[in-house]
Amino acid sequence: MTMLPPINKRHTGWRLFLMTVWGRAYPRVVGIQRERSWIVFDILLPMLAVSAYVFVYRAIKAPEDYVGFVIVGGAMTAFWMNVMWSMASQLYWEKEQGNLALYIIAPGPMMACLLGMAVGGLFATTFRAAAILVLGSLLFNVSYAVVNLPMLLLIFFVAMTALYGMGMMTSSLFLLLSREAWHIANLAQEPIYLLSGFYFPIKNFPFWIAAAGSFIPLTLGLDAMRQLAFASGPILGFISVPLELGILTGLAVVFLLASRALLNYMEKLAVREGRLTESRA
Amino acid sequence: MIKNLQTYSRSFFTAAWLGWKIESNWTDPFLFAVYSIIKPLAGAFILVVMYGVITNGNFGTPIFAYLYIGNAFYRYVGDVMTGVAWAVIDDREHYRTLKYMYVAPIHIPFYLLGRGIARILTSSFAVLIIMLVGVNFLHLTFDIAKVDWPLFLVTLVIGILMLAMLGLILAGITLLIAQHDFNVGDVVAGALFLFSGAVFPLEVLPAWLRPIGFIIPVSYWLELIRRSLVGNIAQAFPTFTGLSNLELLGILAGLAVVFGVISVYVFRACDHAARERGLIDLTTNY
Repeated sequence: MTMLPPINKRHTGWRLFLMTVWGRAYPRVVGIQRERSWIVFDILLPMLAVSAYVFVYRAIKAPEDYVGFVIVGGAMTAFWMNVMWSMASQLYWEKEQGNLALYIIAPGPMMACLLGMAVGGLFATTFRAAAILVLGSLLFNVSYAVVNLPMLLLIFFVAMTALYGMGMMTSSLFLLLSREAWHIANLAQEPIYLLSGFYFPIKNFPFWIAAAGSFIPLTLGLDAMRQLAFASGPILGFISVPLELGILTGLAVVFLLASRALLNYMEKLAVREGRLTESRA
Repeated sequence: MIKNLQTYSRSFFTAAWLGWKIESNWTDPFLFAVYSIIKPLAGAFILVVMYGVITNGNFGTPIFAYLYIGNAFYRYVGDVMTGVAWAVIDDREHYRTLKYMYVAPIHIPFYLLGRGIARILTSSFAVLIIMLVGVNFLHLTFDIAKVDWPLFLVTLVIGILMLAMLGLILAGITLLIAQHDFNVGDVVAGALFLFSGAVFPLEVLPAWLRPIGFIIPVSYWLELIRRSLVGNIAQAFPTFTGLSNLELLGILAGLAVVFGVISVYVFRACDHAARERGLIDLTTNY
């Protein structure tokens, strides 16, 4: 019998956690850049769709700040799509491809896998969103009036933490789903764009509808960013920026804790009910 | 010739049945109906809210009718193109059956077109719901007694055939790309949204971009749909006022034939390339 070489350096604890995070983030940071079609499909073509909304506002003679709202909202859709398709649905895709059982068997914790997916996805998507933001701002002469850049960056960071925490939470839920996972992710596009006010201030909704939409971190994140980046932002804001920051921080904590708890529970449930290896084929 | 027709029809109708089953049996009928209503309505209401915010809810204007009807029927564009192209991803990556389809005695293009039928049915349902909501709740200027039904039906059929041919082009391209571009149909539809005059007249575009709208058959299709449904309002926009309904129909039919011929050659070329490179049973896990 051939002896395998001994493992001289075992990684455990936080070293294993970080290695797993990096290992899962690597395909999204490096590997996916090798397939250059993302330049067309993730930047140029979505830019055209965003431009359509810009021209709608121009056709109805909207104030120019609304053009900026569309550009920022369009850039942020990249994050939502990443959370839905590359986070929430990811464990479902892995189950379809037959990799999920391997993840469970591997020594790295599942939470580290999800965190790696989040980190890698956030890194890659930030480039795409920034490209849409810069292109759109230059093409349509968007004027920004940033009053507090550190606060703006803080809002973005906290909103992304909460958003990807939500993505980690929903990926646990999707572990139990089969084909309906794709349809649920597909469903969570236009209704979320509407409820979260991607292209218009949510202040225009009745209070409780806007409040319900605020469970999606991007709702308050976008609203706060508009208030901080546009001249008319404060007038059109839903609630004050400090309050939105507080709520987003709370959401981040809740979603991250919930994702950990749900992942443990769903993993046990999926193992017990034999759903780790089921696929549509 | 008759045997070929039998193969085409068998491929088409069997694929249509299969496509409908796949689209609809992932949940119970009630949830499927809810899903089929919520998504398109939400998409329509994004524009409704955008419009309402700026105009303080003045939905009785011609521009709102233009925008709303164009947006409603534009659902066909994304759904039909995606429905045809998506079948390649679904069969190749998820069910791993595309290679078996290739060795089966069916005609692949007709098979893919048949798989797109389910989306046509769900789109039709969605468009009907959007129009009903618009008429009943948003006071959309629409008189059913004044609808030019023959023009509407002919335009709808030609348009769907034209969109199916565009979908076939995308299906050919999809044979050659990895699965992470699975939403190629939606993305292309999103891009065409800008140039087709779906939600704003082409005059709003910069002058150097307008010619693109005039070579896309979708622009003529949407204009004819508007004219057949709300003729007097559609005439208020200057883009195609110089062309009669018959002339528009002729241009639409001509462009549909041109794109149909292009789709046959593009699909054939992509299909050949995919077979040469061994991509028919490719699975891409990213």
